[in-house]
Amino acid sequence: MSKGTGKLLSLVLGMTLLLSACGGGNSNNASGGSNGSGASDQPSSSEAAPSASAQDTLIVGRGGDSVSLDGSIVTDGESLKIVHQVFDSLLEYKEGTTEVEPALAEKWEISVDGLTYTFTLRQGVKFHDGTDFNADAVVFNFKRWSDPNSEYKFEGDSFDYYDSMFGPDGSRVIKDVTAKDDHTVVFTLNQPQAPFLQNLAMTCFGIASPAAIKEKKENFKNEPVGTGPFVFKEWKRNDSITLEKNPNYWKEGLPKLNKVIVRSIPDNSARFNALQNGEIDLMEDVNPDDLTLLEANTSLQKIERPPFNVAYIGFNTKKKPFDDPKVRVALNYAVNKQGLIDAFFAGQAEPAVNPMPPTLWGYNDQIQDYTYDLDKAKQLLADAGYPDGLPGEYTFYAMPVSRPYMPDGKKVAEAIQADFAKIGVKVNIESPEWATYLDDTKAGEKDDLYMLGWTGDNGDPDNFIYTLLDKDAIPGNNRGFYVNEDLHKILIEAQKETDQNKRSDLYKQAQAMIHDDAPWIPLVYTTPILAAKANLKGFVPNPTGTEYYSSVYFE
Amino acid sequence: MNSYVVKRLLVLIPVLVGMTLIVFSIIHAIPGDPAETILGQKATEQSKEALREQLGLDKPWLQQYFMYLGDLLKGDLGESIRTKVPIAKEITPYLAATLELTFTAMLFALIIGVNAGILSAWKQNSWFDYAAMLLALIGISMPIFWLGLMEQWLFSIKLHWLPSIGRMDQRNPLETKTGLYVLDAIIQGKWNQLWIVIKHLMLPSIALGTIPMAVIARMTRSSMLEIMKSDYIRTARSKGLPQFFVVYKHALKNALIPVLTVVGLQTGSLLGGAVLTETIFAWPGVGRYLYDAISYRDYPVIQSGILIIAFLFVLINLIVDLLYAAIDRRIKYR
Repeated sequence: MSKGTGKLLSLVLGMTLLLSACGGGNSNNASGGSNGSGASDQPSSSEAAPSASAQDTLIVGRGGDSVSLDGSIVTDGESLKIVHQVFDSLLEYKEGTTEVEPALAEKWEISVDGLTYTFTLRQGVKFHDGTDFNADAVVFNFKRWSDPNSEYKFEGDSFDYYDSMFGPDGSRVIKDVTAKDDHTVVFTLNQPQAPFLQNLAMTCFGIASPAAIKEKKENFKNEPVGTGPFVFKEWKRNDSITLEKNPNYWKEGLPKLNKVIVRSIPDNSARFNALQNGEIDLMEDVNPDDLTLLEANTSLQKIERPPFNVAYIGFNTKKKPFDDPKVRVALNYAVNKQGLIDAFFAGQAEPAVNPMPPTLWGYNDQIQDYTYDLDKAKQLLADAGYPDGLPGEYTFYAMPVSRPYMPDGKKVAEAIQADFAKIGVKVNIESPEWATYLDDTKAGEKDDLYMLGWTGDNGDPDNFIYTLLDKDAIPGNNRGFYVNEDLHKILIEAQKETDQNKRSDLYKQAQAMIHDDAPWIPLVYTTPILAAKANLKGFVPNPTGTEYYSSVYFE
Repeated sequence: MNSYVVKRLLVLIPVLVGMTLIVFSIIHAIPGDPAETILGQKATEQSKEALREQLGLDKPWLQQYFMYLGDLLKGDLGESIRTKVPIAKEITPYLAATLELTFTAMLFALIIGVNAGILSAWKQNSWFDYAAMLLALIGISMPIFWLGLMEQWLFSIKLHWLPSIGRMDQRNPLETKTGLYVLDAIIQGKWNQLWIVIKHLMLPSIALGTIPMAVIARMTRSSMLEIMKSDYIRTARSKGLPQFFVVYKHALKNALIPVLTVVGLQTGSLLGGAVLTETIFAWPGVGRYLYDAISYRDYPVIQSGILIIAFLFVLINLIVDLLYAAIDRRIKYR
């Protein structure tokens, strides 16, 4: 008898945890997990199933945390996504597009010479701390960004976007910003800048409360204060950022939600699991592998963000034989873009032809892509003096990280490697860790070919072509060391031209030149996929990757 | 006993100094420019240069090391390059989250592992023994990453029993005081929330605890088998003591000494396994904090993070050693 009791007791001891885990979980969620109606008195079950009444809290899941919430000192998308909710810029992009609309500035006048912009500001707008938004606030912000000795430029801060959009100190585009009266601001420029309004609408130029910056100083980046639809509430690093409704928002009837919580969930599959389990309402970056599951799940919806990026393979033109355009063109014929899209992008991409996506104005649709034709590639290599393929072996850098424009760089590289081998070009794939990867490709000593991509910051072709392929971007984003003086002239001219039609023509010319020179093999323009609960409405994906959550609501 | 503790503590000092030197030199040998990774592809060259200068990254590394050591002695762990927040302040919540997770995982591993080991030894060569040891073998070879995703799939998506990510229901947040959510909920008497916190702990701690559980089960089993053959157990049995009493009272105490070593070592490795678990379960712990820091080349954070983990590891081993001495009076420090 005693033996039996002992056995029983130890079994109980041993299994306690497991039993409590399973049994307990079961009994608790029986009331709320499977049928949402019984959930009202059980806060715990709200996570498994939302209550029947319309939900007013949105939980967003994304891959990484923000770095800082002062949009002017960061360049990373994860920071700007939050900044976008808390701050308004003078202008903004119309939902779902990169078309400029009035925001804090109601209207504006441009002088004939393109050097003076007079903005009339919206009246009655208040910052979240209760202070007034006015012309002085605008002047304060622009002074802070442009004056290298500003006392509100805190240690370690740099206003990178200001410098790259409006020129670094010494060659500033904006000469002066002055307050004419309480709600009129005048911008004087040193030289005309075609994408000026386009730039002003960027999230990073959101107007911050001067009072809050003066009071919080360095800490402002952790406790931002703007005029946006949501008020910053709490930031638990690497976990979540909580925003609450701005009851005094100047846009009538917005925001529709009471609260937004943005969580960091690094693993794409785990994030998708959380969405399926109802722990989050909206997620970014769905793995191509999870698409079929998503499409089959009727309680979820698929959201497509318009393509606004490009993934490419760059040639290191410093090195032989890639300094020869003939070789580069030959290799362009050896890449099966549609095959890559079907195999690795779940069809959510289109073959890239130019260094900028077709959704952007100025895109040259006259250019015919190099088709997938191995015989032609071989022929062209022979014409370039390599009848037996290229001599030696080359190092092909493939991205070690997943990006919206390239979910799995290594697999794509392997497929391309196989095709290259067929025309007698042997490449070895290397995929060092990301920081090293960026370093090495920038130095250009170790790699012969490299894979990379870009997502646009604003709706201007300059942000793709000049940023990635001009000689000014060496060292930096022009990691192929591609130099074309004629192209440079055109791009500089386009920066100063204010007539958009003329600019458009210039960029079309630029794309034709690049096509002939083939410093890249453009691979794809991807359509990033988001997923949300089926009852989430009013979410308009924006090409730039930054959306307002203010018009989102639940049915 | 007291002098033993003091001696053990004094040994820690050279160990820790040595550790700082090793960590520092290894980290600075890794290629990759922090300025580039922190400021991003879109930053200007000018500001990258300024950041390097400001961080002292342009100075010789030996000088950087002594600067770091000097700050460390003043209790200053430095500032994160990326977020510019003092590390000592920033790391606390992460540390609390990881401690809570590893503690629960170890508790799970201990309760299941020790009991399974005892039962296997007791019922040697029975079906239970075979099944338990087979499971232990599977447990040891299970990739945490995969196990975590499978748990989520089964317990969250299919059965809806448990939440799949995070520490707490975000729609019903808990006021944090200590950072240990279980404790916070108890202090505030919020039993409903306590239950939610425990539910959030279950899947990640099972994922994290599976390997140590399997190791502990196997260790307990072999250690028990050894002890059960010894003379004093035979004596106890021959006196007619109930089997349960013999196993849990007489045999277990001595069988636990080698198990304790394993527990110490496994707790250390839990801190490493936490990186994967924390990633899958979006657990805002020190593992992920470190992982992020490494990918951004955030040197001060990597240094301090590794140092703190190493310190914890040393501390756990110290506790294990002290427990040895407490259990078995014959053990002395030489």
